[in-house]
Order: sequence, then structure tokens, then C-alpha cells
Amino acid sequence: MAVISRPSGKVFALKDNKSLFPYLLLAPGLLWLFMFFILPIANLAQMSTKTNSGETGQFEQTYRFANFFDSFMDASGQFARSFLYATLATLIALAIAYPLAYAIAFKSGKWKNVLLVLVIAPFFVSFLLRTIAWKQILGEEGPVTAILRTLHIISPQTTLTSSAFAVVTGLAYNFLPFMTLPIYASLERIDPRTLEASGDLYANGFTTFRKVTLPLSMPGVVAGTLLTFIPAAGDYINANILGNPNTKMLGNVIEARFFKIVDYPTAAALSFTLMAAILILVTFYIRKAGTEELV
Amino acid sequence: MAVDASTSAKGDLILKNLTKTYGEFNAVDDLSLVIPKGSFFALLGPSGCGKTTTLRMIAGLEEPTSGTISVGTTDITDMKPYKRPVNTVFQNYALFPHLSIFENIAFGLRRRGVSDADVKAQVDKVLNLVELPQLAERKPNQLSGGQQQRIAVARAIVNRPALLLLDEPLGALDLKLRRQMQIELKWIQTEIGITFVHVTHDQEEAMTMADTIAVMNNGKIEQMGSPEDLYDSPRTSFVANFLGQSNLIPGTITGNDGDNLIIELFGNKVSVPKKRSSAHGTSVLVGIRPEKFRVAAEGKGATGNVLTGGVVSDVSYIGVSTQYQVEMPWGKELIVFEQNDDDEDFLRKGEKVTLSWEPVFSFVLDGSENASSGSH
Repeated sequence: MAVISRPSGKVFALKDNKSLFPYLLLAPGLLWLFMFFILPIANLAQMSTKTNSGETGQFEQTYRFANFFDSFMDASGQFARSFLYATLATLIALAIAYPLAYAIAFKSGKWKNVLLVLVIAPFFVSFLLRTIAWKQILGEEGPVTAILRTLHIISPQTTLTSSAFAVVTGLAYNFLPFMTLPIYASLERIDPRTLEASGDLYANGFTTFRKVTLPLSMPGVVAGTLLTFIPAAGDYINANILGNPNTKMLGNVIEARFFKIVDYPTAAALSFTLMAAILILVTFYIRKAGTEELV
Repeated sequence: MAVDASTSAKGDLILKNLTKTYGEFNAVDDLSLVIPKGSFFALLGPSGCGKTTTLRMIAGLEEPTSGTISVGTTDITDMKPYKRPVNTVFQNYALFPHLSIFENIAFGLRRRGVSDADVKAQVDKVLNLVELPQLAERKPNQLSGGQQQRIAVARAIVNRPALLLLDEPLGALDLKLRRQMQIELKWIQTEIGITFVHVTHDQEEAMTMADTIAVMNNGKIEQMGSPEDLYDSPRTSFVANFLGQSNLIPGTITGNDGDNLIIELFGNKVSVPKKRSSAHGTSVLVGIRPEKFRVAAEGKGATGNVLTGGVVSDVSYIGVSTQYQVEMPWGKELIVFEQNDDDEDFLRKGEKVTLSWEPVFSFVLDGSENASSGSH
């Protein structure tokens, strides 16, 4: 057996240098996070417990934690509506995106890349323009209203715009790519031989989908629903453009508090409450969906 | 659950005029074959010879262009894969990554509505058969390649199919593990008595495991028989070259003496038993396996068939044997394997030698055969 010689001090020095290296690589990212995430959050936190000093736009720190409770009570309706709309939009997007992603992943053949580009294409147009376009689509002169009226699904007096329907479908429409792409990615990763193996082991097409395809695509479904639900819950543009005064979401309240009423503490408190609520929901959801097991 | 062929069909696997065409290309060309119940059958051939397509048609994963597939008296040609009495061990195993090993193996049983207690008993039994009972709760990605391969076999045989299909099952394993799994698979097959149909491009793998080998080339079966049969009496140059190595020397039949053909090879008269010939005319190829040759320095005693005037052009010592390349007067090189089992001197490069062999250790192919077809 060879005798292992004691490492010299030089070796240790080299090792220390090496262990610093990963942190150096992380530094730009950490700096960025600090500047544009930690600092604003800290600022917001500070603001959330301030009180108006009487003059517009002037606030003093009074550590008034009741801001959280008061603002929540005032906006509880919009809060509930935000989560309801976001949930509905997520479900609609899922119902459209899953078959779409499935078709692209397994049935599209040489059209796969074209279809993927079409899924991403709306991103080339601004969010605002897309939402306005949705208003046109649902509008009096638009095709949807005309078709639904012809089929007597809605009465000739009913309009689709400026309604909860328009807001929810607008949210679903705007976040559809965020739902489609993760689901597509997870379906695409499935080894087609596992599907053949399932057929070989006496599972018919539907059972194979239920027992193999669906469980293996769950990571994509979880990612897609989160990427849709989280921004949808905080969105205010859809409610602003497609809704009416009775369809205001929490995002609209925060926007009004910040930019119209200049009540920064309330807006900040509401932002925090929304963040916390989403965080709790998401944690609960991920636990339930059991992604730790699936990934 | 309806009674299906997966439990009722028993008997030989019969392929009749099976053809699969992709556009102009005949992947499988009018293949007819009977695989007896309980045998270990290998489809051997180079990639693109149609062996995997044949297997996938038996499994129901490809639709034949024409022809029929039946198990015993049950025609399964148009049956959906999940109704066939057939299970497959896939290349790269195709285990379900989201299920435990136990649930992977139980998959087929559960689909057929077997009760939980029976599922447990049967899964435990096959886990013991493949000697991995301790892995039941693991996930496939926590297993080594060899373990995954055994689980893939267990997942298929737990269903007691009439037929087990193995698609290059050992392709992803390293050499040592492959050897071990060859013996193990053969043992499992003997133990459970299910018909195994094994597709491989590895001639050694086929010869180690199978009772019967069908050598495939260009969508057709070149020759079928026991490993010994194919090795000792190949009927085409493709088989002679694809299974092991062969020296094929062109010659002419000049006569016969009772049971033997007399053949002239570049001026040397040799004899070969008639029953080892598949030639139609007088123009032939005489085949001698490299290890059947005896090589001796020129002038030393040589018996049987003799070829004179060789010159050693290359020597490589590989432990159990020494491989010589001997250049013959007609300009071709012959390969000779000599066992290192005596204290004879090594022959050196440039030395003049005489090659000889016993007549029964050679075979005769028709002269129209391409001598290099199927060479590695």
C-alpha cells in the first residue's frame, strides 16, 4: 500500500480558491436579485405599515399593522373574485391546452414546429393589444356574439363584453401559452416505448392515457397551472379592459390605490396579502399534486 | 373483463407469408415460419434485416401488409396489442418511471382484473425468480441497468403469456453482464417453459441462448436451424460469414468417390462429404472455419485435405489461441486460429506453411454465392 503523503499548505490554499469560485459565478445574479427583488420588497414592507401624514403622497412610519386587516376587509370581495376568476381561467386554459399539447407532441408529425411557433406567436404582440383584440373578438360586431346569437345560446340583447365572462376568458386566452408549453414539454419527454409497453401489458388506449401518459405529464400540468394561476390572480388589465365595475379584481384595487388615490400603504399591504395568499395556496397545491414524487 | 386470447391461445407461433412494405421497400418479405411451443427461438441478423419489424408485427405494434400470424389455432393478425397472448421485453426496457418496481410488474395483472392478493403473490414470485425481491418499493431510475433488465423480464413473464418477445434485450448492458444475463435468461426460459422469441444482431448471444436460430437478411430467412447446424453446415455465404468467420475458397467439382465430392482448389484436390454441400452446379465455394485449419511449417506431416504454398503474412497472439493470416499462392489471405495447447514453435511472419484439415470439417456452397456477403 502506498503511503498517502500529507497535503501541503499550498494544496489547501488552492482548494479554498476553488470553493469561492461558485459564489463568484453567482454574484451577478445575486446582485440583480438584491437590487430588483429584495430592495423593492423591503421598501414595500416598510410602506405597508405607514400612515398618511395629511398631505398627499407624504407618509410616516407608524408601524400600523392594522393596515393589513383594514385593507383586506375593504377589498375582500375583489380578493375572492380574483381567486375565483384565476381558478376558472386556469381550468379553461388547462382544458384547451392539454389536448392541444397532446396533439402537438404525439399527432402533429412534420407540423410540430409550425404548431409550436403558432402557440408562441401571440407573444410577439403586446399583452395590452391582445386583450383589446379579445374585446373585438367578443364585441357586438365580432364573430362569437353573432354565432352564439344565431344558435340561440344567448339572447339578442345579451352582450359578451364588459362581463365576468369576458374577463375570465380573456385571462384564459392570455395565459394559454404558459399552460401549453410546460405540458407539451413533459409530454414530449415521455418515451413512446413506455406507451407501447402499456399496450403490450393489456391496457387499452384510454387506460394507457390514465395510467401512464397522464401521470407522466403531471409535472407539466402542475407547472402550467402555476404559471397561469399566479399571474392571473394578480392581473388587472383583463378586468380593466374586458370587465365592468362589478368584475374588479384585486389587481384593479391595488392599481387604483397606487396610481389614482396615491394611498401607498394600503396598496403595499394588499400586495403583501395577495403574495402570502398565493404562496400558501401554491404550497398546498404542490403538496397535493405530489410533484416531489413525480419529477 | 372479457375473456381474450391472452389467456386462451396456446400452441406454436405460426407466421404465414408475412410481408411488411414501407413504400417500395420490403422490410419483411413473404416470411413463413413455425416456432414450436416452449422453444427459445432467435431471429438473428444485421440491422435493417427486418427482424425487429417481424417482432413488432407479432407484438401488434406494426400492421403486416399481408400474411397472417397465429398462435396455435387462434389467428391474432388483426388483434389489438393489448388483447394478444404476447408480452414484450423492450429494448431499453421501457419501465414506467412513475411506478414502483412492484407496480411496474403488477401493471399487466391489474389491467386483467387480478385480485390484489393474487397480484401480490404473483409479483413476489417473479421477483424471487429474478432474485430481486428487495427492490419492490424502488423506482426504476434507482436501479442499475442489469436490474432494470431483469425487472423488464419479470414484468412480462408475470402475465404467463403464450409468447415472450425480447427485442435486443441485452443491447444496453456491458459485456460481462451480458454474458451473465444470457445464462440467466436461458435458465428462466427453461424454468417457466414459455416460448421465447429473441431478436438480436449478436451471433454469440443467439448461439448461447437459442435452441433454434433463424438468420435473417433483406427481409427473408437465409437459414434456420440449431446453432451447431448453422455453424457447421451453413448453406449460404451470408450465414457462413455472419455466424463466426469462414474462409471461402472458390473451386470446381471434378468428381466424387462415394460419399465425398472431389473438388479442385487452385490445383489442390480436396474432398468434402456430399451431405455438407448445398451446391447446384460444379462451380463451388469451399468453406473452412479458421479453427478447423491445422497449420504447419512446409514439409512437415499434413493429413486430410491439404493446401500448400502458403506464406504467413501476419501473426497475432491472443492468449487461448494464435491467429495467423496466411497468404496463398492465388493471392488471397486465409485466416487460421491455432489453439495454444502444445509446445510447438510459433510460426513467424514470412515462414512458408502448409494448411490442412479433416474433410468432415468443411462445407460447400454454390459458386454463385458472393463470398464476402455477411462479413463483419
